[in-house]
Amino acid sequence: MFLLIPCFIVFTYSFFERGVYGGIEYNFNLENYVRSFKWTYFKILINSATIAFLAAAISILIGFPAAYLITKFKSKYQIILLFLIMLPFWSNYLIRTYSWMVILNNQGLLNTLLLNLGIIKEPLNILYTKLSVIIGLVYNYLPFVILSIYSSISTLSKEILEASDDLGGNFKDKLIKIIIPLSLPGIVAGFIFVFVLSIGNFITPDLLGGGRFLMIGNLIYDQFLSARDWPFGSSLSLILVFIMLGLLFLQSIILARRS
Amino acid sequence: MRKLILFILPFCFFINGIVKADIVVSNWDGYSPPDIMDTFKESTGISGEMSFHATNEDIMGKVVASKGKGYDVLFVSSPFAEALHKLGLLSYIDHSKIPNIKNLDNWSMNLDYDPGNKFQIPYAWGTTGICYRSDLVSEEPTSWNDLFNPRSDMVGKVTMLSTDRWLLAAGQLLAGYSVNDTNPDHMSNVKDILRSAKGNLLAYDDTTFYSKLVSGEAVMAHAWDGWCNYAIWENPDVKYIIPEEGSDLWVDTMVILKSSENKDEAHAFINYILDENIGAWTIENILYKTPNKAAMDKTIPGLVDAFPNMGMTPQYMMSFETLKDVGDAAKLYASTVSDILAD
Repeated sequence: MFLLIPCFIVFTYSFFERGVYGGIEYNFNLENYVRSFKWTYFKILINSATIAFLAAAISILIGFPAAYLITKFKSKYQIILLFLIMLPFWSNYLIRTYSWMVILNNQGLLNTLLLNLGIIKEPLNILYTKLSVIIGLVYNYLPFVILSIYSSISTLSKEILEASDDLGGNFKDKLIKIIIPLSLPGIVAGFIFVFVLSIGNFITPDLLGGGRFLMIGNLIYDQFLSARDWPFGSSLSLILVFIMLGLLFLQSIILARRS
Repeated sequence: MRKLILFILPFCFFINGIVKADIVVSNWDGYSPPDIMDTFKESTGISGEMSFHATNEDIMGKVVASKGKGYDVLFVSSPFAEALHKLGLLSYIDHSKIPNIKNLDNWSMNLDYDPGNKFQIPYAWGTTGICYRSDLVSEEPTSWNDLFNPRSDMVGKVTMLSTDRWLLAAGQLLAGYSVNDTNPDHMSNVKDILRSAKGNLLAYDDTTFYSKLVSGEAVMAHAWDGWCNYAIWENPDVKYIIPEEGSDLWVDTMVILKSSENKDEAHAFINYILDENIGAWTIENILYKTPNKAAMDKTIPGLVDAFPNMGMTPQYMMSFETLKDVGDAAKLYASTVSDILAD
């Protein structure tokens, strides 16, 4: 009940209308859903999905090798490394995002470093672009990906890998035929996790994107607060919930097929 | 048993004292003296609790959801006060319970969204214009168009406000429309102006633009005059102008909720805020103009050299239109902003 009641309220609101001065007008209709598929809003949805997909894919590309390398250490060091990966989580999300603004801005750490090393002549405009939003998302969610893939790889039995060595398999074979397939649950879970959290995120696009484009999370946030159009905000969030449910369903299919 | 009761009783009072203040006020953080509730209690014996909201939208959401329960006095900008009033959530203000209302400038008793200050009392006011680094711009801005289409060396070094009403107001002013215009064709022109301006921006920024000006990351910012003063404070090369097409007059107000159970105490709080000395603190510390004439007369001579915009007269400010609640056109406003910001 605790979890379902708020969802139910959102569900009912989505079929009503905004009152002239905000608030809810209890006339049943589907106008909010029709409005959600206007091109502007649909474009925002596609944009958000693209950014979330890229953030998730990059997180896996960085997270998989990182997790694999960690499992190569002695278990004593593994704990220390995992601890270091979790460490940033103890600081506030906003503070971590603001630090990226300090790193990425025109006169920031990154640009100063690259300019002084003579690698670039003009400062790079990274902050307030989609790229900086993706960097922010990857940074914030990467530790989850590493942990989830790590837990998959670390349960692989040594015997299987040794068997592969004995049969003359090289590293590439071992990676493609054994490690990746067997750690797939961790990879898929990590991917979906980053995707779902990224697509609804509104703080990172607001700060690192400089508010120059909207993600679906910002749009919903604006409907609830600036526009005071709760019914429309509710229908947008329900559409997002359905997309996420679809993804979780896909995940369960992928995992079921394997076993 | 009696001993036990005697032992527990003081704690009950103690706990009661903590949880139940006479009035609960919500304001922006840093917008009134930090010890205001302590000095208010010393002077009137009324206990109050101050809570903070980050934005108008923030407190509006809370109050509308709870039908006003939980708060007595709110600080909100004028269109929000108007919307709360039209939603029937505000109490009328009883001027006889606020003797300090005599400190208010006459001009501020005649704001067009609430002539006679019936449901709100103005707290601070000002204009919206361009805040810029006079040492870094290649040409001083004079028009909204200088912000939207800056010279090529300033492209990418300009910020604009992202709150929908002010974002749209800049475009409406350039196009010569009212800042409360609800004509869809006009809105579509405003959208085109602002969409093309977007390509020249560094970012939309409501809260940190002045630090971007100070660092030189931005050279021009669409800004409220009070906030521009924070940049001027740190760098005297920063200047503020009102573009030739004009500005809006924004007013931050104090309102009393209809649901308040301690309306007399709520009135007493507003009376206390309108005190000459409290008003003077506000002006000197937050560097906003206020309609508190008594406090302005006291402080402005000392501030106007460093912060020229503090010298603007109420008469001049009143020549600009205030933002009003646009009712059902709010949907048009919101969808226009989404269209501008979408990608």
